[in-house]
Amino acid sequence: MMGNGFRITFWLFLSPVLLWLFLLIVIPHIDLLLLSFRGESDMGDPIWTLQNYKNFFIEPIYWYTFLRTALYAMITTFCTFILALPVSFYIVKLARPRTRGFLTVLLLLPFWVSELVRVYGWMILLRESGVFNYFMLKMGIIDQPIEMLYNDITMIMGLVYTSMLFMVVPLISVMESLDDSLIEAAHDLEASRFDILRTIIIPHCKPGITSGSIVVFMLALGNYLTPNLMGGKNSLWFTEQIYNQFIASFNWNQGAAFGFLLLVLSSVIIWVGLKVTRQNLGEVAS
Amino acid sequence: MIRSLPNSKPYTWSFNLFIIAYFTFLFAPLAVTCILAFNDSNFPSMPWNGFSLDWFTSPGPERVGIFHDDQNLRSIWTSFQTAFYVAILSTVVGTCSAFLFEQEEFPFKKSLYFLMLAPLVIPGVILGISLLLAANTAGTFFEESFGIDVGIFRPSFWLVVLGQFSFITTFVTLVVSARLKKFDNSLEEAAMILGATRLEAIWFVTLRYLRPAVIGAAAVAFLMSFENFNTTLFLVGSEPTLPINLYLQVRDGSTPVINSISLLLISGTSILALFNLYFSKKED
Repeated sequence: MMGNGFRITFWLFLSPVLLWLFLLIVIPHIDLLLLSFRGESDMGDPIWTLQNYKNFFIEPIYWYTFLRTALYAMITTFCTFILALPVSFYIVKLARPRTRGFLTVLLLLPFWVSELVRVYGWMILLRESGVFNYFMLKMGIIDQPIEMLYNDITMIMGLVYTSMLFMVVPLISVMESLDDSLIEAAHDLEASRFDILRTIIIPHCKPGITSGSIVVFMLALGNYLTPNLMGGKNSLWFTEQIYNQFIASFNWNQGAAFGFLLLVLSSVIIWVGLKVTRQNLGEVAS
Repeated sequence: MIRSLPNSKPYTWSFNLFIIAYFTFLFAPLAVTCILAFNDSNFPSMPWNGFSLDWFTSPGPERVGIFHDDQNLRSIWTSFQTAFYVAILSTVVGTCSAFLFEQEEFPFKKSLYFLMLAPLVIPGVILGISLLLAANTAGTFFEESFGIDVGIFRPSFWLVVLGQFSFITTFVTLVVSARLKKFDNSLEEAAMILGATRLEAIWFVTLRYLRPAVIGAAAVAFLMSFENFNTTLFLVGSEPTLPINLYLQVRDGSTPVINSISLLLISGTSILALFNLYFSKKED
């Protein structure tokens, strides 16, 4: 069956895919790596140098921002998981079958809307002249408006909010395959709720937890909009450093080095996550 | 604990309350944004001064409603065009890629598959800067070697299209692959035994079967492109897309016109989302 027709279709499928992956993914990232090692000598001539990476380690603000971003992205991932677990459990195991479809649609809808609109909504709610402050003043809970934007907790809340969906959806799909009789049996044997959660539900949901965590972590790490608008000037998010190098200081080589470091960080953490849970990227993607 | 087991009242109630709180958390920012679009006020904030359509229809000069706001309308149009081209390009290439990985066997298939998944784990900002750098390098190269200035290598409309295409295609591939996995290959073989070439069999049989998935993937690609911010931020030229344009306005102080745009966006995407959901329900 390996006639000529097979080879033609094979090349027909292969060539656009190769063009896409090599021209738009592989070559640009090699270029990113190469440019991160470029710089100028004292005479202003272009040379190969490690200076861009040295700057990163010498300037405390850079590596502090880097570590802070990584840590906060992890906290975001953890909070998202804690919030998403009961929600997906409720939808799959507790809601009546008829409300279930409705709740799932309701759950997905906000995430079709642009992240910018969602962040803007939070800004209207939380800022000093915002809706929350207005009602709290009216009800006499506070006498002075409080600025609820531009702090770390709000920023993490915003990140959790924007990436929620990517934890809930894999958790729902993995929980659907959890056999109710396992929980019933455990209940009959008088296991406590916590034990059921720890020994049945969480182990069963592991693949969903892994894929959800990877996506949420990556989205939080690479997010620019939410830290920038909700964290304000104090947000110190690493993507902002990259943006500043590119747009404000116009130091593209430095920016390339930062970009590459961020790429390494996200790859390493995702790789460790996959190793620890003994899964591979192919399984997680499907 | 679950539906089939007897649950204590406090347990059920606290869980119900939690879910209500969660959905309030989800919808509060969107609802407030929409409501304040109709407030008769110059700021997107309380108090409520009465109902007004000014931020939609007022021609200015004091209040410029969205239907008269040229700058925002232009950016909406740019976003439409971008999303249109991205949806077409990524659907075509993504479908090819799904066929390639589901139906063909070739050396290094595993590595290429891994590479195809890579855009899922590359932060969008990094995709944007690496493409910007590569385009710049290519532009300089062309200018120095041939003395021609190639517009596409500068931040511009087409560079944005390419940047968004580079990761959205992966999503299209995954969606189409999922459907292609369920396809019964004997149908294609039957067509070929009856004299169709492979291409004809794919065109008349397999693609007909894949149609709902392809349409769904195109809709998702359109939306992802329409809303993309991270990758676009670095590639955008003199024609900002809607998210970029909105970002600049929100950052530098906002008027309720952003609320009215948000309301339009929310209704538009909800309709598209429900449409898509309806189609994917039919598919099963």
